[in-house]
Parts: sequence; structure tokens; C-alpha cells
Amino acid sequence: MRVRKIDVLVVGGGAAGIAAAAAAAREGADALLIERNDRLGGVLEQCIHPGFGLHRYREELTGPEFAHRLLGEFDSSGAEAVTGCTVLEVNPQGPSVVAASPKGLLKFRPKALIWATGARERPFGALRIPGARPAGIYTAGLAQRLVNIHGLLPGRKAIVLGSGDIGLIMARRLHLEGVEVVAVLELRPFPGGLMRNVVQCLEDFGIPLLLRHTVAEVHGKDRLQGVTVVEVDEEGRPLPGTERYVEVDTLVLSVGLIPENRLIEGFVPLDPLNRGPVVNARLQTEVPWLFAAGNNVAVFDLVDSVAALGARAGTFAARYARGELPEGRAVPLVRGENVLHLVPHRLVPGVPTPVYIRVPHPLPRARVSIGGVVTRNHVGVRPTEMIEVKLSGEALEELAGLPEVRVEVSPA
Amino acid sequence: MRIAVIGAGAVGALIARELTRYEADVLLFEREADVGWGVTKANSAIVHGGFHEAPDTVRARFCAPGNAMYEGLCRELDVPFRRVGAYVLAFGEEELAVLRELQAQGEENGVPGLEIHSREEVLAREPHVNPEVRAGLWSPTVGITEPWTVAIAAVENAVANGLKLHLAEEVTGIEVRAGRVQAVVTGKGRYPVDAVVNAAGLFADRIAEMAGLKEPVLFPRRGEYILLDKAASGLVRSVLFPAPTEKSKGILVLPTVDGGVLLGPTAEDLPRGAREAVETTPEGLRRVVEGARRLVPGVDLSQAIKTFAGLRPESPQEDFVVGPTVVKGFYQAAAMRSPGLTAAPAIAKWLACEVMASELSLSRRGSFNPIRKGIPRVAELSEAEWEELIRKDPRYGRIVCFCNRVTEGEIVEAIRRGARSLDGVKFRTRAGFGRCQGGFCTDRILQILARELGVEPEEVPLRDPSSPLVMGKVRP
Amino acid sequence: MKKRLICISCPVGCELTVEVENGKVISVSGNRCPRGEAYAREEAVEPRRVLATSVKVLGGELPLVSVKTDRPIPKNLIPQIMELVKGLSVNAPVELGQVILENLLDTGAKLVATRAVPRLPQEPLNPGVRPAAGPP
Repeated sequence: MRVRKIDVLVVGGGAAGIAAAAAAAREGADALLIERNDRLGGVLEQCIHPGFGLHRYREELTGPEFAHRLLGEFDSSGAEAVTGCTVLEVNPQGPSVVAASPKGLLKFRPKALIWATGARERPFGALRIPGARPAGIYTAGLAQRLVNIHGLLPGRKAIVLGSGDIGLIMARRLHLEGVEVVAVLELRPFPGGLMRNVVQCLEDFGIPLLLRHTVAEVHGKDRLQGVTVVEVDEEGRPLPGTERYVEVDTLVLSVGLIPENRLIEGFVPLDPLNRGPVVNARLQTEVPWLFAAGNNVAVFDLVDSVAALGARAGTFAARYARGELPEGRAVPLVRGENVLHLVPHRLVPGVPTPVYIRVPHPLPRARVSIGGVVTRNHVGVRPTEMIEVKLSGEALEELAGLPEVRVEVSPA
Repeated sequence: MRIAVIGAGAVGALIARELTRYEADVLLFEREADVGWGVTKANSAIVHGGFHEAPDTVRARFCAPGNAMYEGLCRELDVPFRRVGAYVLAFGEEELAVLRELQAQGEENGVPGLEIHSREEVLAREPHVNPEVRAGLWSPTVGITEPWTVAIAAVENAVANGLKLHLAEEVTGIEVRAGRVQAVVTGKGRYPVDAVVNAAGLFADRIAEMAGLKEPVLFPRRGEYILLDKAASGLVRSVLFPAPTEKSKGILVLPTVDGGVLLGPTAEDLPRGAREAVETTPEGLRRVVEGARRLVPGVDLSQAIKTFAGLRPESPQEDFVVGPTVVKGFYQAAAMRSPGLTAAPAIAKWLACEVMASELSLSRRGSFNPIRKGIPRVAELSEAEWEELIRKDPRYGRIVCFCNRVTEGEIVEAIRRGARSLDGVKFRTRAGFGRCQGGFCTDRILQILARELGVEPEEVPLRDPSSPLVMGKVRP
Repeated sequence: MKKRLICISCPVGCELTVEVENGKVISVSGNRCPRGEAYAREEAVEPRRVLATSVKVLGGELPLVSVKTDRPIPKNLIPQIMELVKGLSVNAPVELGQVILENLLDTGAKLVATRAVPRLPQEPLNPGVRPAAGPP
């Protein structure tokens, strides 16, 4: 097997990985990006709708355009990329990484590794919905790839389960392509995606959003024939007597993304709520040579945040590879009330960082507190939109002096 | 000499394979579009020990001998098989008494190695078992396999030995004259034959009726299952049974050959007509969870990746109906409820090589080759073997199913061997069987199928033409 | 006439009430900031959207190229523009930013490609194997 030594190896060629490899190369590192698909860009390629780049490029771009800009930064950075190359294992001794490609098995010995593998969609099988197992049930991401990349229509009459952003986007996309979209169902009492998507993807086209509804059963032996839609109570349990049969040939699922960390979860501590590695402000995990960025750390709302994290991880990984990232003091950030997702988990003195917070349920008015040092009042905090608090300067130094920093969102 | 076998499940496939040892034209008819898509596709995948069966039954006669044949069979056919052993777990004194009865029954059936283990021994071997366990009956010969691969491999081997496979061809009539089988009639034609083997699974009663026989009487018994991801693989090492009830072996927790964990099945008797009722139900899935957690309280449902249901062909006497009948040339291998998969190799051997060979005066062919090589699984190769494979064909370096590490090379080979659908590829390669359940690879497999078969992607189905995956082009 | 809208200018999602008479906005209420008022004034009278969809590609590595309108177009024209787009095709190679169609339904908006689609190689080097970028 061929062995290649490298300063920084980045696994995953989506927004986080591309930004990470480019930043590492700009920081002077010999940086290599490996991607299992044939093209770089990850999920951006199939997200042909606008809404990307407002933070990073101060301009509203579509997914492919955002990817193109990012790849422009990558190309000029001097980083290299290999596509069609799938990582098989990460050996914490060494460390080393083994990957498969049509040219053979490849082994890498990086000084620093950046994990940027993104997230996978929660599958239908995980929902344990009773009924038959016909054709016509797709996760929203798969439906999006079929339509936007392969030019294939999944069906003629669809219902969407879950109002996550991809579900909303796909409801609009299918509607525009002539598929009748009967409704979008959401188990919770509030939409799972951004308000802007509720308005522009559903209301614009008269697609009903049914909150506190789910699919109780799927019907159809060969191809999906219909679903039983049911109302649910506060705990998400079906309310007897509210069942109704809806004839559809397609069920699109947008029921959550799961950070993908299978190959590293055996040796790196994960945050059970984020479902991604514990990271400090440098995006360094508890294993010093392993950095992580993007949706495998926690699922983010905006690709801009993902790319920003990737770039930070790239810069710090390059410094680590040069031996210029001394292990110093790190101050734990701990969850207080109303904090579901939290990134990062440690502050590092002198390293300005955004803190990303996701609340578990909507709060009409909220006060966000970072260690009591930085506080902010918010109107209308929702689980669908992360709160981002930038820490730097004196506030950061004051926080860095504490034994631990409590992050909380209290109703105001 | 021409013999028709009806039903390409594990039972029919193994019988057809045994028959290709003889000078005869062997035809295998299957109503589904692929091999092993009936009862064989959705069951517990266990090679049973034989202690569950009452000694005076046909089940008992063939179960332990069938078990003993599995190693050799799976070696010849390159099918995964692991003798992981099993525990029947007792909670309380009453159930401990049941274990003693099972042990005695197993010994009478010739099941080797049965031992009753103390609570401590059980927990040492299976630390996730409910600590309230009183004792366990250990059966070291119990194994796990992939039933559909048994059927696929047996058919591939039989085809290599001259079998003619007729897929998607439902038998609609059996011609009997003067008490002797004359011909098999299907939707596509009439085939004069000297003998027929009825291995039609859930539909074996209908085939028997076509020959004028009243046996077997069948009704479907539904079993629902939950499959957990490989992340759960540390949960159990062996097959865990509860103490059995009158009706069934109960809800189990067991490892699968590819590293997942299977929970189930329920045992729900359905009306005779409900032979395609493979829907899961809220009640059934609730029972699976409850039953599994009684044995292993730590079952984590967030690791569930699939729920499914299968039907077993059950008869009022709860026993197999195998052997010759009053209609000359008409043989039964029917009512193959549990432990049908285990008994299948022994029944196939007995029916083909003893009963039929003698009654039909079959003569051996010199050229029978019992060896079938499976599709290479890169996930199970050494690095050197895999490298070699990629050197010969770079498509073995291109991973398509990331969860189960299945390459384009394996998928292309599966298509070369007869896969014509997404499920055809899935059951031959495990692509799409993993934790993302095809979320990342369905479109890629669809493209490969369309390319290799020279058809449009819209023509590639989940299973057969009645289950299309996509319904047209965005821009035709 | 009163129209109720949800403001999408920021995550707060204020519920706005807009009073419109003869196509003119008389008043906006419910907004917490000036951006909300601006949003309401346009949204109530002539809502506009950027439309993103796909155009058929002939002879390309992909069957479709993603496209968008280069500026927001009146929302009520979306169905007509979709019908127009469904009849279009473009030859590969397609460049990012390439104008596929000018002046959509006299709106002044252009339909532009949002990605590149290379031409399909005439003869694949190794049939059945799609060329991949080489390993290092």
C-alpha cells in the first residue's frame, strides 16, 4: 500500500472540508482533501435554491454558486484534492488513515487530521412507522439529488413528513416541477425549518403545513398508494379518531440529520446532545491531532457557519502540524438551561470564537448569558435558528479566567 | 426425465440443486421477479439446534441433521454462516423447569452439547442479558446465516449445473392424468414433466390443490422485526430465546451475520387469504420492543434502522408436509414453518437423493460441481486481496454503499449474476442495507443498474415493474 | 384591505398587518424594526422572488443545469416562467453565469446558469468506469 505523509489531511469535500483545506494551505501547510464522491462540494451541488452566502460573501447565492466561490478559494490556496476516495479507517496510533480508491488502497500519515464528514439523513426505518414497505419513500436529500442532479421525478403526488429546511425546499421544488404536494406534516407544534422557508416554499404555493401531525401508517404493496395521517398530542402520540387516509405515491422525509462520526467515535469523546466530537475554540477535539468542523460537529443552519468553522479548523490544524499550537489552558463551556446544541465546548484564552447555541423549544423573549459576562436579550428564539454569540477581547479574557463558563438561555 | 420445482425460496432452491446431480432436466418456477423473495426474505435467519421440536414430528426428524449439514453446505456455496450458539433464558423456577424439558427433548432429538448454565455463566457470556435471569439452556450448535443468500447461492450453483430458472412465472395449473403428474402450466406456457416438487412456501396449498390434494392446509403467521444498526453489535454474541410458548419460540434478540442485531418476531395468525400482508403494525412493533427488552433491557431503539414483517406458512398440525403423495410424481416440501430453513438441506437431500432418485430411477451425472463462488465482498477481504481485486478491476475500489462498504465492482457483478432491481442488488451485496438505508446510495445504484442493463433509470424498479422507483424525467 | 404577513427579514418572524388601498400601502403594524416595514411594503403590493430551477442540457455530463433568475421577479409570474423553462434546452458545455434566456416575460430578468456542466466525453477511456481524479 502506498503511504503518503502530509501535514494536514481533510476528510470530506463539502463546505467545511473545502474551507478547511484551503485555510490550512494558506497557513502554509501541505494540505490534502479527500472526498468519496466524484465531485467536490458535498450537498451544495444539489441545493440549487438561493439562500447561501449572506454572511461569507455578503451576497445571496445558490448552493452551486456558493460551492464555486469556495472552490475558487480552494484552487488558489495550493491545497490538493482527491475525489472518488473513501476513508475506511482512522488509526489513532500514528495517526494514520486508510482509504479506498479505484487506483488502490491508500494510506496517509498526517500530522493533523480534520474530520469534515457532515451528516446523514435519518432514514424511514428509524421512525418505526407501521405498514408496508413499498417504493416511493425517500429522504428529502435523496429526493433532491434525484430531481436536481439526475433529473428524475420521484413521483406524481407527494406528502412531506417533517418540516426541516430540506423538506420545505423539496416541497417547493416538487411543486414547481408539477408534482402535487398534498401537505407538509410536522410532529412538533412549530415548524422545523426557517420561517423564511415556510413562507417562500409553502405559503407562496398554497402548500398546507400541518403542525402536530404525522404519518401513522404507509400503504401499498409495490409502489406507495397512500398514507394514514394522524394528529398527535403534546408528547407526539397519535390521537385516536383523527386518522385520515391520504392518497399519495411519494413520501418525502425530512426528519433530522445525524452527524456522521462512525470512524472516529471509538476513540474521541462525543457530545451526546450535539452527537459530534467535543471541540475547543480551535475546533480541536479531545485527541489533539484531530480537528473537526461542519455538520459532523453539530448540525448547523447555515453553510456560512459551516465554512467558517472549517476555515478555523484548517488554520489551527496547520499550526498544530507545525508544532505551533501548544496545549494550553482551556475553559469548559457547560450547558445551563435551554441549551440543546452548543459549539464549542472549551474556550481557549486569546482565541476569539463564536459560540453557537440551539434552544430545545421556542422562547418568545430570552436572555442569553455566557458565564454572566456576556449577556444578550433576544426576541423570538427558535430551535430552527442557532444563536451565535461572538466572544473576543476583554470579555473573552474575563471568561478565560473562570473555572468554567455556564451558557444559558433564560425566558425573559 | 424432466422435473419441475415450484418455488425458489431456500427450500426449493436446495432441492433443485440436489436434483441437478442427476440426469434430468430441472426447471425451477418462481412467481416473484427474483430468488428468495417470499418466506426466505424475512425471517429470523437462524439455523436452529433442534431442541424446540417435539420428538415425534417431521420437524425434529430433519432439524438437527439439517443443522449438521450447514457448515459443509455454506462452504460449498460460499454463504455466510456462523455457529454463534444460543441461550434459552429462564426467568423464575417455572421457566427453569421448561429449560430442563427442552434439554431432555433436544437430547432425544440428537442435539449435541446442550447444557444448563447458571445465571453467572449466562451473564459472563452475555453481559447485557437482563440480570434477573435465573438460568440459560446453552445450545452450541445454533447458528446464523443469510437465508436469501442460501437461496441465491443454491440457484446459482444449480444453474451452473444445468438448472433452468423461470423467474416471474407463476404456476397456474398442474395436469394430472390417471393419478400421475403430466405437466405444469404457467402464465407463459405448458411444460410436460415427469415430476413436480411443491416448495411454493405460502402458496404450497394452492399448488397442492392444483394436483387434487387437500394437504397441506396453510395460513400465514406474521412475524414483525426491528433491525438495529451495527453500532449495537456489542449487545449480544449468541441467539437469545425466551422460554418458548405453545405457539412460538418467542421474541428473540440475536446478532446478524453482517454485524447488526435483530429483534423479533411476533407470531400473529392471519386469515388464510392474507398471503401478502407483510405490513408492520403498531401493536406488533410494540410487542417486539417489549419482548426484546425483557431479555436485554438495554436495547436502544435510536439504533433502529429498519422494521419489517415476514410471513411463515403455518398449518393446523404445525408440521412440515414432505415427501411423495398419492399423485405419482408429485412431491411435497410444504408447510415449511420454523425450523424450515434449518431443515431444508436435510429435506432436500432426503427428498432428491433418496425418495425421488429411487422412485424415478434417476441416474447420477458425472459432471456435478458443488462449488459456487460468491460475489467478492471487499468488506471481508484482507488489504492485499482487495488491492489485487482493484488492480484487476478498478471498480472494486469505488465504494458506492458507504455504510456497508460495497463497491461498484460488487454491484456490477450482482447485476451480471441476475440482479435486475434495487432489492436484487441489495440482497446480493448488502448495498443499501446499512444505517443510512440507501439515503446515500440509492441514486448511485439506480444509475449503475440503468447503465449496465442498458435501460432508462425510470425502468429500474425497487423489486419488479409494479414497484417503480422514479416516475419520469424532470425535463423529458 | 388588510393583509397579514410573517416578516422574514430576520429570525424573529414578526406578524405584520399591512393596510392596502388601491394598490398603495397605507400603514404597516406589528413590525419591530424598519426592515419589517420595508419588507411589508413590497410584499403586500408586489411580492418578488428569485426563482431557481433547472434547464435541460444536451450532450452534458449531467442531464440538467441549475439556473436562477438574476433578480427577484414578480411572484405571480412563477408558473408562467416555469412553463417557459420546461421548454428550454442548452448545449453543453455550459458555463456558470451563462445567460440561458434574456428578459424573461419582459421583466428584464435573465435566466442564468448557476453551475458549469462540461461536455460529455465522446468516447470514455474505459467503458463502464467514470474517470476519477487520480490519487496523489
